Amino acid sequence: MINYLKRNVSLTIGLGLLIFLILFTVHGLLTIEFKQAYPLAVRPKQPPSLKYLFGTDFFGRDLYTAMVVGVWQTAIIGLLAGAAGTIIGIVLGFISAYFSGLVDVLIKFICQILTPIPAFLIQVVIASSIDKRDVTIITMAIVVFLLSWMAPTLVIRSQVLSMRERQFVAVAKLSGMNSLEIIFKEIFPNLLPFIAAAFVAQVFQAVFASFYLAVIGLGPLREPLLGNTIWAAQSQSAFFNGWWWWPVGPSLAMILILGSLAMINMGLDEMANPRIRNKE
Amino acid sequence: MFVLKRLLFVILVVWSASTITFFIPRISDINPIRERFAELARLGGFSAGELEKIVESYSKAFGLDKPLMQQYFDYIGGVMTLDFGVSLNKFPKTVLMLIAESLPWTIGLILVTTILSFVIGNLVGALAAWPLSPKWVRGISTSFILFQGVPPVLLAILLIFFVAFKLNILPIAGAYSIGTIPDFTFEFILDVLRHQILPGIALIFGSLGTWVLSMRGMGITIQGEDYVVFAEHKGLSSYTIFKDYYLRNALLPQVTAFALALGNVITSAIVVETIFGLPGLGFVLITAIRSNDFLVIYGIVLFITITVAVLMALVELLYPLLDPRVRQGQE
Repeated sequence: MINYLKRNVSLTIGLGLLIFLILFTVHGLLTIEFKQAYPLAVRPKQPPSLKYLFGTDFFGRDLYTAMVVGVWQTAIIGLLAGAAGTIIGIVLGFISAYFSGLVDVLIKFICQILTPIPAFLIQVVIASSIDKRDVTIITMAIVVFLLSWMAPTLVIRSQVLSMRERQFVAVAKLSGMNSLEIIFKEIFPNLLPFIAAAFVAQVFQAVFASFYLAVIGLGPLREPLLGNTIWAAQSQSAFFNGWWWWPVGPSLAMILILGSLAMINMGLDEMANPRIRNKE
Repeated sequence: MFVLKRLLFVILVVWSASTITFFIPRISDINPIRERFAELARLGGFSAGELEKIVESYSKAFGLDKPLMQQYFDYIGGVMTLDFGVSLNKFPKTVLMLIAESLPWTIGLILVTTILSFVIGNLVGALAAWPLSPKWVRGISTSFILFQGVPPVLLAILLIFFVAFKLNILPIAGAYSIGTIPDFTFEFILDVLRHQILPGIALIFGSLGTWVLSMRGMGITIQGEDYVVFAEHKGLSSYTIFKDYYLRNALLPQVTAFALALGNVITSAIVVETIFGLPGLGFVLITAIRSNDFLVIYGIVLFITITVAVLMALVELLYPLLDPRVRQGQE
């Protein structure tokens, strides 16, 4: 395990960043007062200092508290939407590949038609159709998930298709296993690296999409989601007014989150397709 | 036959996108007209009793009282002729007029940044995998992959902070300096370009990582191929091998990836525009979101979807020009 991590640099760095973020958030959640992440809690417009680690914003929120809550909420959206997208992808991919025929043609066709439509724009339509007062972390996760199940469906489908032709499946069939047994005992375990990679990619997409939506003002406006904080800073012209710490803090946090996910994803890719490995 | 198939696909994509944008808002119980007038009523002007009457008469004017299917066919017909309706917020202006006003800014930004990031990214990626490039070149090129985790928007904020705010050498936001009059003079164009540098850099470097990563992967796969080994044994110069054997073959899948990435490219450009306050499509979109101007939101969404679908089809039609194998397959 340790030896493998030494070879797979990107996986190691990604996991390291992720552990750092988890520790930061857990430690934060145990020590902060939640109230301070919401308006009118502390003195507004204070630059970073020992008292306010990341400063405070125009509305009187402590930005350190806001960041802890924001990272936590980002994690909820990412994990919920990522898990939902992956599960739908697995189910549809299996149905499509294993039973083939008309079902397969239909599922594949729908995925192909929906893929070129920029998902973000449809998410904008959905998010703007919801009453702004009703937007919560959970609705954000649902909006993001609605258009993100196509990629994992196609990935799982193609992997199942290739696996179905392998010899161990033929052997299992000859030894009298039924379809369900073959799916769960033979194919599924071999798919796990692909599923893990698809899951991380989904979480990345979900975090990314919810961040973009929040940055253009379609997030749950009351919550200190990282994108929302940037949106609020932009609409108050934070840079023109010299409050640079307001948008910069959440941006750095977001870079760490997306960076760690991208690194883990690259590491898992290397694990699943050894062909990408650079022979040095 | 091939062309016809692609055309049909484009139509299907546009049709499903417009069906989604038609039905989703109608599932929710928001009435865009009531939202808009409720906002005006809050600012004062008329009483709540009058509100319902106004909403009713406007609903009639916009055809919202017709049966749903009738509305749907009108809408699809409108989309096919690029008629997205009128803006509720800037009333006499149609959605298409708003798009046309802002489009040049967005196209200029996207065109330059996309081409540059594709070219730079693929070159760097190829160098990162090329076994003959010096070790330091490979090291630097590989480190470009790190940009993959940084979306252009975040890069934009950091650039504003370091370059515009701390060093104060480039403007923080806006398309041209406050107080200048838009005109085709040399100074004005220079001023506009100065304002485009940071958004441009953010977009180029924000999408570079993906190209570097996939090109590097492609390059590593190609290295072992027989034709590369053969070319080496033939004694061709390493420059020729790099250009004609290596780059050209590795580029083909990248062109397909480019078509697929178009949606993301435009999305990122739009959000970056809003960060810099440039008067492009992103700005129109964010203004529409702020003022509940629903027809403008849906219009921009559909316009971009149509553009992406058409561009993707075009890339696929041009593909045979790049790859002789596909060309022969068709004939």
